[in-house]
Amino acid sequence: MNLRELAPAPESTAILNLRDSYGLYIDGRWVDAHGGSMATISPATEKPIAEIGLANAGDIDLAVKAARKAYDTVWSRMSGSERGKYLFRIARLLQERAREFAVAETVDNGKPIRETRDIDIPLVAAWFFHYAGWADKLDFAGLGTNPRALGVAGQIIPWNFPLLMLAWKVAPALAAGNTVVLKPAETTPLTALMFVDICEQAGLPAGVVNIVPGLGEVAGQALVTHPGVNKIAFTGSTSVGRHIARELAGTDVALTLELGGKGANIVFDDAAIDEAVEGTVNGIFFNQGHVCCAGSRLLVQENVHDEFVEKLKRRVSTLRVGDPLDKNTDVGAINSREQLDRIEAISATGEPEGASRWTLECAVPKAGFWFRPTIFTGVSTSNTIAREEIFGPVLSVLTFRTPQEALDKANNSPYGLSAGVWTQTASRMLTMADGLRAGVVWSNTFNQFDPTSPFGGYKESGFGREGGRHGVTAYLAAGGAR
Amino acid sequence: MTENSDSALALRAARLYYDEGKTQDEIGEILSITRWKAGRLLALARESGLVSITIANDAASPAAAPSSGIIPTARSRAHGVVDSASLRAFVTALPGVDAIGLEGRAARIATRSVKNESKREALDTIIRLIDLTTLEGADTPGKVRSLVQKAVVPDPADPTAPRVAAVCVYPDMVEHAVAALGDRAGDGLTGIGVASVATAFPSGRSILEVKLADTRYAVSKGATEIDMVIDRGAFLAGDLDLVFREIAAVRRACERPDGTHAHLKVILETGELRTYDNIKRASWLAILAGADFIKTSTGKVQPAATLPTTVLMLEVVRDWFALTGERIGVKPAGGIRQSKDAIRYLVAVSEIAGDEWLHPYLFRFGASSLLNDVLLQRQRMTSGHYSGADYVTID
Repeated sequence: MNLRELAPAPESTAILNLRDSYGLYIDGRWVDAHGGSMATISPATEKPIAEIGLANAGDIDLAVKAARKAYDTVWSRMSGSERGKYLFRIARLLQERAREFAVAETVDNGKPIRETRDIDIPLVAAWFFHYAGWADKLDFAGLGTNPRALGVAGQIIPWNFPLLMLAWKVAPALAAGNTVVLKPAETTPLTALMFVDICEQAGLPAGVVNIVPGLGEVAGQALVTHPGVNKIAFTGSTSVGRHIARELAGTDVALTLELGGKGANIVFDDAAIDEAVEGTVNGIFFNQGHVCCAGSRLLVQENVHDEFVEKLKRRVSTLRVGDPLDKNTDVGAINSREQLDRIEAISATGEPEGASRWTLECAVPKAGFWFRPTIFTGVSTSNTIAREEIFGPVLSVLTFRTPQEALDKANNSPYGLSAGVWTQTASRMLTMADGLRAGVVWSNTFNQFDPTSPFGGYKESGFGREGGRHGVTAYLAAGGAR
Repeated sequence: MTENSDSALALRAARLYYDEGKTQDEIGEILSITRWKAGRLLALARESGLVSITIANDAASPAAAPSSGIIPTARSRAHGVVDSASLRAFVTALPGVDAIGLEGRAARIATRSVKNESKREALDTIIRLIDLTTLEGADTPGKVRSLVQKAVVPDPADPTAPRVAAVCVYPDMVEHAVAALGDRAGDGLTGIGVASVATAFPSGRSILEVKLADTRYAVSKGATEIDMVIDRGAFLAGDLDLVFREIAAVRRACERPDGTHAHLKVILETGELRTYDNIKRASWLAILAGADFIKTSTGKVQPAATLPTTVLMLEVVRDWFALTGERIGVKPAGGIRQSKDAIRYLVAVSEIAGDEWLHPYLFRFGASSLLNDVLLQRQRMTSGHYSGADYVTID
């Protein structure tokens, strides 16, 4: 029988209850935007989902003022255990409505329903649960007793994990006692706008969470430079991160940046080979490779290179590319035309610079943005595809001969966000982890996330940590008696 | 002693050693020579080419132990011969298994959604791959006849339901199964096979003579497939050579006078081997020693078949195929009772080994109650509503 071609198993979109258009959510109310509007489209079909109002500088000003008022009058005066109750409520509501959010995220982002259902949304709830627990335990965050909140946090999040990045930002900020103004990414505002519903169901006081979709150069810029903001948390590209750092230099605004990456996934000859193959696939083809910590550089010990690459191609050949709503889809749509162009442009440098290209042969839908999983072998450290973040389903395979060479090559990158090491030898694992300049080092696994574990980068991958105790300290200052 | 008679003696010694699993001490006793003489005869047998031991250094083989560089080839397998040191070096140099990674892979396979026409086809495929099993102390000729009828016509109400691959019984029940099948007997594809457990099933705790007699008896009564158990005690004690030689000897005992042989399924009893590393090593060992199938469990030990274990064994047969071009079968047995579970195994076969393994020669379910659950699911897909346990026959 033929099980490679499975009958379609699409998740229904009937559960969605979307509006035709969305404004801004400021001070506990929906208000009109004054920076125009744009449609958010489904990248798998290019069909519009809803019309989204865009905030201008005036709208941002209102949002920051609402957040300030809520901070001064309600949220900063509330006890940690009371704040925690709101966060627990939000976490439970997200769990109850998990399927609805999973479908919405898949429609808006293009990522497979398998991932939104099994990874994104469960992690979102886990993040709120984790930080709900922190709200009344801030004395144990490592800043002494009575640490204080920073005030109003401006948060700008990317399009690759829209709701999860919201959770990473909003949950610790609220737990620590800050209020927030959050700008979702231009191409993926939908679940952030649906999150408003959750806040209202949870009875969150007005102004504690403000959601303001908009363009980066307008709304993002206004938020970063607003004098009423005490903290900026940004996740996105290194170039924008650099711009924000320049804008905030010399001010007293706290800043954390989580930027790009070119993660090295290092496979030794004594690795559990089949599991390393699986981890490599998860490392680069998870979420279409739209992952800042993706294992986009595979470093394989030269003596197992051929065997490993053969097994890898075999495994990639079983990936199903297509309709993200189909429960069997492994690789969905590229998030936008712009990103597709970028992936194509960088990938096009591979062969002229000497690498060999292998692309999964598979049919993809006519409409929408698609890029077939691609593996480059024979890549040198000087190749563009080994240096630049592609942010797509493109793997560059390099080789090494000794552990030291693996370390040197892995660290030879302007980035330093993630790395993976595959070996059955525990001592080698520890030595490698010690030598890798990366914020996250995965041991015999890749792309695993947990709210208790800090996440962040070295060098051009940014600074500051999100997740765990470190994540909550990013929204606190040492206090004293209050 | 002339050179000629030494050769003849060497041949006898080699047969005793390799085919019947005798030790050098025992050979000495049987042939009335010292054990050192027996050792020299075995060496002579190898040097003179009477016995061919093939351990090839096969650089073109990507799939197996890269760090050992020693790859036993299909030829050594055909001869059922490999020396103990190479065997140990080979299986212990196999890449290890990361338990969390393997279980994660299996969990991901389990999320596949098989619906509508794919499900319909999967259900029929499951039936075609079932070894319908009864292995109870209370088995009687009557029970076996009844089982055979169920195997031939699984669903009396629906003649489109396919028949199963084989029935699986104890050796003393083989003749009754063969008689009940009559001209419907076959090899699993051409007709219904008769599989017999053997070799002191399920524990395997007996002497080789008994195991071989058990096997020969079942084959002589018409068993087309033998499900043997390995000596788990010997495996865990590190006596890989003994495990290997037993399997090779049973494989010889499966041969019929006309040169064909009953297909040999080697039960690893994964629930007793416990670690995935052990299961991987035992899988390779069984294949090298001559297994046509590797099988997870007897069904008498918990845990029996699991999805991660089956994924691992499928990876081994996939790698063996890449190495030798030879396809070995896999049989999960015990504990698979629901159609939903069985479909996950089919998905594993498809994604790990490939769709060509979804064939009675290459994949079987060892099961009894699974068949009725599949039939109920089939009835639901045909009629649109669920029936109940009384709408399928007990056996």
